[in-house]
Parts: sequence; C-alpha cells; structure tokens
Amino acid sequence: MSARARMAAALALVAGLAAASLFVGVSDVSLSGILQGQDRDWLVLVESRIPRMLALVLSGASMAIAGLLMQIVIRNRFVEPSNAGTMEAAGLGLLVMTLVAPAAPVIAKMAVGAAFALAGTALFLAILRRVPLRDPMLVPLIGLLLSGVLYAGTSFLAYRFDVLQGLLAWTQGDLSGVLRGRYELLWLGAAVAGLAWFAADRFTVAGLGHDVASSLGLSHRRVVALGLAIVALVTAVVVVSVGRIPFLGLIVPNIVSLALGDNMRRAVPWVAVSGAGLVLACDILGRTIRAPYEIPVGTVMGLIGSAIFLVLILRGGRRAA
Amino acid sequence: MIRIENLSKSYGPAQVLRDVTLDLPKGGVTSLIGPNGAGKSTLLSLIARLIAPDSGRITVDGMDIARTPGAELARRLAILRQENHLVARLTVRELGGFGRFPHSAGRLTQADHAAIDRALDYLDLQALADRFIDQLSGGQRQRAFVAMVLAQDTDYLLLDEPLNNLDMKHGQAMMRLLSRAAHDLGKSVLVVLHDINFASCHSDRIVAMRDGRIFASGTPAEIVAPDPLRDLYDMEIAVREIDGQRIALFYG
Amino acid sequence: MPHERRARLALIGLALLAGGLILAFMTLGARGNWDFVLAFRGRKLLGLVLVAHAVACSTVLFQTVTANRILTPGIMGFDSLYLLCATLLFAAFGAAGMAGLDPRLDFALNVAVMIGASMALYLWLFGGEERSLHRLLLIGVVFGIFLRTLAEFVQRLLDPNEFMVLSDRLFASFSDIPPQLLGIASLLIGAVTLWLIPRLSRLDVIGLGRPVAINLGITWRTEVLAILAAVSVLVAVAAALVGQVLFLGLVAVSLAHLAVGQSAHRYVLPAASLVGIILLVGGQMLVERVFAFGTALGLIVEFVGGITFIALLVARGRR
Repeated sequence: MSARARMAAALALVAGLAAASLFVGVSDVSLSGILQGQDRDWLVLVESRIPRMLALVLSGASMAIAGLLMQIVIRNRFVEPSNAGTMEAAGLGLLVMTLVAPAAPVIAKMAVGAAFALAGTALFLAILRRVPLRDPMLVPLIGLLLSGVLYAGTSFLAYRFDVLQGLLAWTQGDLSGVLRGRYELLWLGAAVAGLAWFAADRFTVAGLGHDVASSLGLSHRRVVALGLAIVALVTAVVVVSVGRIPFLGLIVPNIVSLALGDNMRRAVPWVAVSGAGLVLACDILGRTIRAPYEIPVGTVMGLIGSAIFLVLILRGGRRAA
Repeated sequence: MIRIENLSKSYGPAQVLRDVTLDLPKGGVTSLIGPNGAGKSTLLSLIARLIAPDSGRITVDGMDIARTPGAELARRLAILRQENHLVARLTVRELGGFGRFPHSAGRLTQADHAAIDRALDYLDLQALADRFIDQLSGGQRQRAFVAMVLAQDTDYLLLDEPLNNLDMKHGQAMMRLLSRAAHDLGKSVLVVLHDINFASCHSDRIVAMRDGRIFASGTPAEIVAPDPLRDLYDMEIAVREIDGQRIALFYG
Repeated sequence: MPHERRARLALIGLALLAGGLILAFMTLGARGNWDFVLAFRGRKLLGLVLVAHAVACSTVLFQTVTANRILTPGIMGFDSLYLLCATLLFAAFGAAGMAGLDPRLDFALNVAVMIGASMALYLWLFGGEERSLHRLLLIGVVFGIFLRTLAEFVQRLLDPNEFMVLSDRLFASFSDIPPQLLGIASLLIGAVTLWLIPRLSRLDVIGLGRPVAINLGITWRTEVLAILAAVSVLVAVAAALVGQVLFLGLVAVSLAHLAVGQSAHRYVLPAASLVGIILLVGGQMLVERVFAFGTALGLIVEFVGGITFIALLVARGRR
C-alpha cells in the first residue's frame, strides 16, 4: 500500500470509530430515528453525542501531538505532559482560579492553567539541568515524581479549601459531562497543536540539540520555548475541557515512530489520527464494557497507556535517548 | 582437591563453558589465563557456586558443592570477585569481621578477633582499620576485601582478577602475598590473571582457557613458551628468560 | 569503637524524641473524660506506630536484599499490588461472599495472596537480567501506576453498591485507621519483628550483596525469599491500615542512616522505626493541632517524600 492509501485507510477507520461513538450510550439513538427526524434522537445527537465525539477526536489528536512535540524538544522519548509536571501544574492553575476567581470565564481559567503548565514544565527542566548525567530513564522518572508532588500539593489545597469534588473533574479524563457549549475550547487547542505541524521542521532541527541547531542558524532557546508553550496551551485546554488523559501523548508517538521513523513533519498527521482513534476506541470501550455505567476514558487510557509504556521501557529502552 | 567434571554453562545462545573437566590439586598458586571471553571468570563463579551450571559436577575435597550446605563450604572456600560494590557503610575492620561469619555466625569471639588482626597485618591495613571503606582508594579497598577473604581462613582461595585497580607496586605486593599465603599458610590459591608475566613469575601451575575449554595446563615453563602462547592468543609472543624468570614479550 | 558509640547515642536520642512526641500526642489539649481520651487516642497512636514500624522495617529489608538505598517496596509498586490483590479477591468472591466473612479473616486471606503475588513481582523485577537502577525504578513506578489503574478499573466493573462495600473495607487513611484490624496487625507485625531479631547479623551479611553473601555461606535464594515474605506481610499490614504510603519508607530509612552513620541492622532497623514514628506521630500532631486539618497527613507525606526522592536522585546523579 502506498503511504497515501494507508493514511486513507487510517482515516476511514477513525471515521468509523467516530460514527460508532455517536450511537453508543445510555439513551438509544438509532439511525432510523434520525433519518425519520425524530426530535428526541436529534436532540441527543446534537446536544450530547456529536459534541462528545468531537471532543474525543480533538483532545486525542492534540494531546498526541503535544506529546510528540514535547519528546522532540526535550529530546527524550519517554516524556509527555502527564509525566513532566505539565498536566498536574495545569490542574493546580485551574484550582487556583477556582479559589481566587470562581466566576472567571473558562477561557481565563484556561489561560491561567496554561501559564501554570508552562511554569511546571520549566520547573521540570530546571531539575533536569541539575542532573549532569542524563540517563534517558531518569528523565521520565523525575517527571513522574514531580507530577506526584504537584498532585499531592494540589490535592492538599483542594482538601484545605473543601473543593475536592471540583478537582476530580480535571484529574480524571471523563467525557460523560461533555455537552454542546462546553467543549468548543478544544478547537482552539487543536488549532494550536496544528501550529506544531506548521513549524515542524524547526522543531526537528531543535531536536538535534543546541549545538546542531545553533550551527544551522536557529535560536534553540526560542524554538524550545515556543514548543513548550504550545504543549502547555494544548494541555491546559484539554485538562479544563475533559480532564487528564494520561500516557496518550507518550504511547502514540512512540508507536508511530516505530513504524515511520522520526521525521516530525511526516509523523504529525499519523500521530494526530492515531491519537484520535485511540481515544475514541478507549471511550467506546469504557461506555460499553459496563453499560449502563461508564468507565471514564482517563481510566481506560491510563490502564492501556501504562501497560504499553511498561513494554516500551522493558524493550525499546535503548532507543530512548 | 577441586574436581571439575563435564561442566557446561550457557547464557542464552552463547555457550561459555563446554564440557570442562579439570582437577586442581591442593596447595600452591594456580593461575587461570586466556583471552577475553574464554570462560575464566565463569569457571571461577561456578566453583564458588555463585552461578549454577547447566550440567556437570564440582566437588571440593570430595563434597559436591550443589549439595553441601552453604556455611560448610564457606569455611573451606572463599571467592573474591572483580567488582565489589558496597552499599553498606563499613569500616575495614568490620569488613574483615564479616570474613569470620561462617565461623562465628555474627558473634565474634576472641579467636575471631585474632584472625581479623592477622589478616589486617598480612595486608598492612592496621593503620586504616577504622576507616570507612568508601573513604579508601581503589587499591586500598581491594586489599580490604582480600583481608576479608583471608580472615575467612579457608583452604581454597579464589580470586577473579585481583590486580585490577592496583598499580605496579601493589600488584606485585598482591601476587607476593598470594604466593606467601599458598606456601606459608598452606592455602590453595586459584587466580584469574590478565597479565601473563605475573602468572609466569608467581604461579606453581597455569591453566590456559580458550573458547570455553581448557586449552592447556602445566607448569609456567610449559605454558609460557612461544608455541602455546601463540595458539592461545592468536599472536606471536616471544619469551625470554631474565634472571630466572620467563617473561613474555608482546608490547612491540 | 567511636562510631558504635555514635550509633548508640543516636538511637537513644531518637527514642527520647519519639517517646516525648508520643507523650505529647496522648495528652496535649485533652479535655473531658480521660478514660475516653486515652482509649481514643491510644487506638490512633497504636495504628500510627504499627504503620511506621511496618513501613520502616519493610523498607530496610527490601533495601538489604536489593543492595540499594533508593529502592523501596512503595516505590516499586508493592503497595499498589496489595490494593489490586484485595480488589481482585473481593471481585472474585463478590460482596455477598465477603459480607459473611470476618474482616480479620478477609485480611488474613489478603495477606496470604499478597505474599505469593509479591514473590512473583520480585522475581520478575530482580530475577532475570540485570537492569540499571534508573530503568528498574522507572519500571517499578510505572508498574505501580498500572496496578493502581487496574485496581480502579476492576472496581469500576463492580456494581456500585458492591463498590461501596469494598471501599468501606479496603480504603483506609491516616485519619481512618480501621480499629478492628489493630489486633491482628499487632500480632503479625510482632511476629515478624520477633522473627527478625535473631537474624540481624545475617541481614548484615545479606546486605553485602549476593556474591559476597554466598561466599560467606548464605543460602541466598531461601533467605531472600523468606525476607521477602516478611516484607510482604509488613507492606500488606501498612496498606490495610492506612492505604498507600509511597515515600514514607524512603524518608524514614534515609534519615535513619544519616542519624546512625553506619549500616549494621541492629542500629538501622530500630532507628528507622523510631524515625518513622517521629514522622507520623509528630506529623499527625502538627496536622491536627497546629494546622487543624485532620486528614491530610497522607498528602503531606507524599509531598515531602516525593521531593526527598527527587533530591536523592539528583544528588546521586551529581556524584
């Protein structure tokens, strides 16, 4: 199969998953009902199912791209927003906004979340700089620990001010609450993630390291900062809209890179499509396996993601640098 | 006597020892030499029961090491490996004290303390006795570990490349010490050496290994000679007798 | 020998500090009926002391058999393993089957399963090829996440009513130590401690690492598996009493090593226990009396412990 045909097949598969996603759920929505123009079916479809499907596609694609971008600019295959302090810091920012300015519009909360996410990533990088010997395994390890510390701190704050319930909404990726009017910010996230594709060549060069990038006339610092800003923004958007989806940004780029190699421009579309497909599949699984109850997509993804991450550490660790 | 019968060992697809049969008589210094990957260290580790063979049998003074209780063997045979990383924070004397564990099970008697002192004297470590191991240089640390196995007071002493980390002076001192331990204290010393000239000057017997097999064994005069060395190492090695010692020349 | 004296002095100092804190914990700010106060606080105190001792001992033992100062059962996923075992056991028997069961029997069953499962985990982690420390840690941490998520997944598969029963039975925290388990927990921890005492010098030898220990006559596999069984019991008891405490062991044992300055188990084990008690009892008091928070001790331990762990890793990297 040519590359184009393979991409078309993947797109068709994701479209199929997206369509399936529309018809899974507690209240029955049937194709015939929609074709007959039944009001109730239409209402569920437009108000809940389509927004949910779009939210899945958008957050899956943009988180996967954010993971890829982060791996390239930090130059470690095993980092992604959920193990670099980024996601937890975004959650902390949202919590702070809830406490300080509960009435602020979602976009303002998101902006503060993104600022915190960026600060969390910067903290992560500052710690890494203090470890001269950069064992590739040490980078995600420190990131996971830092995430744990940030999470404990956030929970403590939430506990202190009695908003633990609110915290749960961000710490666990869950799309059961997604309705029309409550997910549209994700379009912004996806657009920002699209920037990564636009500037892919710069990031690829920056990924070769400071010295190579400088000799090619690129301001390494500025490109890395831009990349991490994109990652922080995407992460904040996803966390505020649907919550944490752990390991997605880690496993998708790694699997794509096994198949395609490391040219970012070529990898981005595949990463986006696979990310969307994987999240759709996880969500469908979570909705059907224990119907009528739902297992949040964050849990399903966490399970599959940590298992695949484990396999990656056990096997492909040698390529991790 | 250590008797090795039909010993084989593989790591995955790599066969490290192939059907090795060898008798190591009691007493004297025996050197194990051979190119990298010949299986010398593996053989030593097998004799010391650090790893288990795939097939074959090893007996020490007639006792099958696979069936003899660990503590019993630990009073007859001691091994010192190449790499000795210590996590524990111990002084030189405490490390020596561990050598007495097979005899005292942790409760040091007067006799144990005497044995530790003898070992420290033997290695000229009394001045460092209360220093922590992690404060010592590589060579001093090496000697401290040798003191431990000496304090263990076994008939057999197995050492895997004990000259690593040692400069010329301490390397020479170590070999003289092993030779003294064999001839004055009546121990049987089996030592893996890289430097064939140390082997030539200080051993009573040399066992040469190659490709997981015993290639040759005999006196230094028999082994340290141009023909066996060429076949063993795949290179031309001249041998000269200088002051009664057979020296292999392979630097030029 | 001077450093033996230092270790002894350190032990005495720690014991005095722990004793003082315990006294303060029992009496500070107490009003009203003394019988009630003492009984109430006594139960709480017993729980904290048991957890501190169990976590500290299990960490020391684990570090001894792995010849390492950074690995701990909590970090390598053993706590999460307990959570999963208990969840699976519950899922297998169902709420109805469990409801009739004495909680202590239930707990004993969990401990038995845990011993088997943790042996398997240990052999998987350490039995095969040698791995670098960082890779091993990463495997442990990610595997812990995997186990925890799997437990959560299984819990979600349960009927929500059954889930309520399960969480009542299983998920404890520092503020909510299940009193009905204190008896059996004391019994188990006491038994393990008594079993350890005659083995202290053998533990010193095992801590020298596998080759040296075998050379000195230790039957490695048998001894290590026995120690691991003890570790599993301790981890299970701690997890059943207060849930997960990932980093407490690391902090307590690192501080204990600093305090006694050497590694003989006869000093390190009691010192680690005492430091654990100081941290937990002192921390609980701080949280209750000074901050007036009540239930956040677990979070604080996690927060401080995580930072300590990162600092240890960074310090190691710099050496």
